[in-house]
Amino acid sequence: MAVIPLERKPLTLAERTYLPQILQGLKTTMQHLVAPAVTLEYPEQRPEIPTGYRGVPTLVKDPNGREKCVSCQLCEFVCPPKAIRITPGEISVDSPNAHVEKAPKEFDIDMLRCIYCGMCQEVCPEEAIWLQSNYSMTGLSREEMVNNKARLYELGGTLPDNHHKWDKKKAAEEHGNAH
Amino acid sequence: MATEISIPDSDAKYSDVEEYGSEKMDLSMGPSHPSTHGVLRLQLQIDGEIVTKCDPVVGYLHRGDEKIAENMTYNQFVPYTDRLDYLAPLANNMAYAIAVEKLANLEVPPRCQAIRVITAEMARISSHMMGLGAFGLDVGAWTVLVLSLNQREFLYKLFEELTGARFTTSYTRIGGVTRDIPDGWLGNVEKFCDQFVPALEEILSLLTRNKIFHDRTVGVGIISKEDALAYGLTGPNLRGSGVPLDLRKDKPYSGYEQYEFDVPVGTKGDSYDRYLVRGEEMRQSVRIIRQVIKTMPAGDWFAKDAVKIFAPRKEKVLTSMEELINNFMITTEGPQMPPGEVYFEAENPKGILGFYVVSKGGGVPWRLKIRSPSFCNLSIVPKICTGILISDVVAILGSFDFVMGECDR
Repeated sequence: MAVIPLERKPLTLAERTYLPQILQGLKTTMQHLVAPAVTLEYPEQRPEIPTGYRGVPTLVKDPNGREKCVSCQLCEFVCPPKAIRITPGEISVDSPNAHVEKAPKEFDIDMLRCIYCGMCQEVCPEEAIWLQSNYSMTGLSREEMVNNKARLYELGGTLPDNHHKWDKKKAAEEHGNAH
Repeated sequence: MATEISIPDSDAKYSDVEEYGSEKMDLSMGPSHPSTHGVLRLQLQIDGEIVTKCDPVVGYLHRGDEKIAENMTYNQFVPYTDRLDYLAPLANNMAYAIAVEKLANLEVPPRCQAIRVITAEMARISSHMMGLGAFGLDVGAWTVLVLSLNQREFLYKLFEELTGARFTTSYTRIGGVTRDIPDGWLGNVEKFCDQFVPALEEILSLLTRNKIFHDRTVGVGIISKEDALAYGLTGPNLRGSGVPLDLRKDKPYSGYEQYEFDVPVGTKGDSYDRYLVRGEEMRQSVRIIRQVIKTMPAGDWFAKDAVKIFAPRKEKVLTSMEELINNFMITTEGPQMPPGEVYFEAENPKGILGFYVVSKGGGVPWRLKIRSPSFCNLSIVPKICTGILISDVVAILGSFDFVMGECDR
């Protein structure tokens, strides 16, 4: 049968004198004293961050320098603690990225609300918002802890684009067979 | 047997000599007391050092999770389940996902089930490690805490690699998990198990035959089989009293029936038995983890037929118009559930965690009730904490291993 009753043996006379446990405790201490340290000298030594870590959310640009976000506001909608606020804006017609049509005018992430759940990255249809490896944010005021658009792009940098869907759209438009 | 749980009166007059006489006094233990493991307050009435009455006051960590759930889609609630039993978030994620999948009548593929089992068992080890360490600390053994926190750190490294976060994992989604196992991760888990088994024996050897630990726990806080069942205790606290109830065996879910493991039960029902049960459960968890690694099935890690439930893969969203629309629909409307109601309970480290979901169709639950093991386990505290020493209250609370995030929810 899969049920095992647990044994409870009474303590022996020697064990009741506390001595064996004291000696064993000292032995454990000594073993760990000479074993390699398991701790990290934190600001000098940093832990290794695995790929796919969910750190501070950032906005990224594609290799051509185009901001990937098209302000569809799906991340704003899904964010469980409502930390994201987006004001959509238009891209001017004389810009080289005019075919993308929309980009965020303002994009704020309140890091005092963010719970680093990664849902914004998960739902983003443009791979524009990424939780990267930065795990530590500090600020002296509430305003400082709200990351605005400029700060988000500064944190995010550029990530490779595997699909180039907007470049394809532009090429299709130039060939006259856009949707 | 009269079961009377008195509701503490916040307006109680502490200087009421007529009621208490001159001998007794009221003492608030908590809400911020190192041995109450979170924000539990025990309203004690003491006569010298003997506790004559004990009223647990809960609710200091109440966030209204059940009401919050009614205002968001099923997937958006997953991060909130992390914060129920915050020492084993992966087990909560799994219980919640299975409950909603049961409502949708959805079967997840074997690989997804195996991933969930392995993460839940790792969560069990990490939760018991913390419970054991805190128990040791409560009765005066500091080393146990330090050594068990070290083991927990190894587990958190693995969780970090798998889910992207150490603590608040939010790993499951309705119909699957957020990501597949990374390359080499199972090997790391195997390595963890190899070093964990001797480390566990070392940690347990500091307590099991320790005279001081025996003095503090043997015969303290005895719960009879009948009482444990009458008060709705679950998990290690119930098994410590000798009732072999383990839902992984009795009502297997997520493929637990394929794995071989034993259910440890105590004989006496005291604090020492509850400690022994947790120790043995960790050994059994290692057994399960090893079996899962050996038999990890290949294939999908999310349900393919969950069209309006599980969001499409990213590469499809980026290349196909239909999948893009589907992604928008699932995110904004929520995973589409049929009307109905469902109750599912899972064997979590602390006991039976149940989710009762009522749906009127659509992507938002109409009502979501959480049956939290810590809350039910605490119900017996007024009974067993009467007529004992104050220092024994500390030992009993340590042996209960509850989490207030889940109790107050």
